Amino acid sequence: MDEALLRSLTPRVLAVLVRRGADFAAAEDAVQDALIEAVRVWPADPPRDAKGWLVTVAWRKFLDQARADAARRRREDRVDEEPPPGPTPTADDTLQLYFLCAHPSLTPSSAVALTLRAVGGLTTRQIAQAYLVPEATMAQRISRAKRTVSRVRFDQPGDVATVLRVLYLVFNEGYSGDVDLAAEAIRLTRQLAAAIDHPEVAGLLALMLLHHARRATRTAPDGSLVPLAEQDRSRWDTAAIAEGIALLQAALARDRLGEFQAQAAIAALHADAPTAEETDWVQIVQWYDELTRLTDSPIVRLNRAVAVGEADGPRAGLAALAALDDSLPRHAAVAAYLHERDGDLTTAARLYAEAAHQAPNLAERDYLTRQAARLNASRGR
Amino acid sequence: MAKYLLLKHYRGAPAPVNDVPMDQWAPEEVSAHVQYMQDFAARLEKTGEFVDGQALAPEGAWVRYDGEGRPPVTDGPFAETKDLIAGWMVIDVDSYERAVELAGELSAAPGAGGKPIHEWLEVRPFLAAPPTITGCPHGD
Repeated sequence: MDEALLRSLTPRVLAVLVRRGADFAAAEDAVQDALIEAVRVWPADPPRDAKGWLVTVAWRKFLDQARADAARRRREDRVDEEPPPGPTPTADDTLQLYFLCAHPSLTPSSAVALTLRAVGGLTTRQIAQAYLVPEATMAQRISRAKRTVSRVRFDQPGDVATVLRVLYLVFNEGYSGDVDLAAEAIRLTRQLAAAIDHPEVAGLLALMLLHHARRATRTAPDGSLVPLAEQDRSRWDTAAIAEGIALLQAALARDRLGEFQAQAAIAALHADAPTAEETDWVQIVQWYDELTRLTDSPIVRLNRAVAVGEADGPRAGLAALAALDDSLPRHAAVAAYLHERDGDLTTAARLYAEAAHQAPNLAERDYLTRQAARLNASRGR
Repeated sequence: MAKYLLLKHYRGAPAPVNDVPMDQWAPEEVSAHVQYMQDFAARLEKTGEFVDGQALAPEGAWVRYDGEGRPPVTDGPFAETKDLIAGWMVIDVDSYERAVELAGELSAAPGAGGKPIHEWLEVRPFLAAPPTITGCPHGD
């Protein structure tokens, strides 16, 4: 039994049923039943067209279920419109699932969970483990999301930007346990890129690949953070970098710039530099200017201040930083770094300690505490 | 087996013996401290006594219901004045004595100068449902 095949077919079969009018939960039950049937029957009698087989069996299971339930008479009317028999059209219905799972009526965390369940074909247990919450909690989150979207009709055109936002959230979680969410996000974005032609989808895929390529070098064996400048570049995944850059260049050539393409361009400039010293900071600042124009996000302007500090010196970076609200996340960390490069070690040490206090995770807190400790130790206790 | 919560406090606990703020340690001392805590948790996982542990952000706020139709009252966040919890670990051990013994070990994590910090840890037993059968002759 080819599990990878089944996993890749599951969302597509689900999508066919949903498009034919089955509601989400019923369609999912029917697909599960069909999968069980496949596990039973296929080893002795493998089908010629696996997807067609699954659609046929799942649709029959759905009809049985719908007919058995008198209260579902309204849905039976829709069942009358059963499409003529024959091969399943090859149109990628998965796309509809993407849009449904990223529907604006869902909260981001529900959208992420539903996408992983319906499009990714992950089990509730796998998603729960990836998000470090109890399985019962995740089951509730998913079933609530399904209830919410069961009222949604497919005739509304979906918003690609929302779908991309959801995939970006999945990637950023990146926990690695039973399921590696970063790798999963790349797999799903790849699927989406194959289904629709959109420069920002390519931009997001490029961005993910470029970040993922550096992943192995971002933490030391003991779990502590390794900053970009100190990473072992010989261990970066050059194939992923090459693919990301090719995707990005093709997307940029179409002259429809968006924030993911701009972010990918910055990541590409980092990935392309043979050493940290050879990083093209001037061009990176230009991309941050584009990104600021596209998003006007204060976080982007904070990152821009770091780039300005590298391109034009720490004083220029501090001047850029001075224009920003100091309650921004990581503001103190950036200020500490720029002050250290400017030679003001006392202020830098104080700011590193402050940044450690505000750190959003343990690895960052430990890293920043070490930075403060390093400067304080060098000045003598 | 009974579960205990070990609480690490930022403030509000009595002052530890080796009371030097972490950013005043040498970087290797910070690493040694972090390593000690990781090793401790890993060892308890092996003995089957580890349940869960998390670090918490220093900012906390007090929140209270403020009557029908009104938003909850929040007080803070005041990172400076309140007793704040830095992190916690839940262990599942045979006895209160074992919980105290483990808390003592955790409190011996190395600090400035590589010497134990002697930090205070709060040990609180979980309340559990009463046993369905009492006086079981085989014990637990």
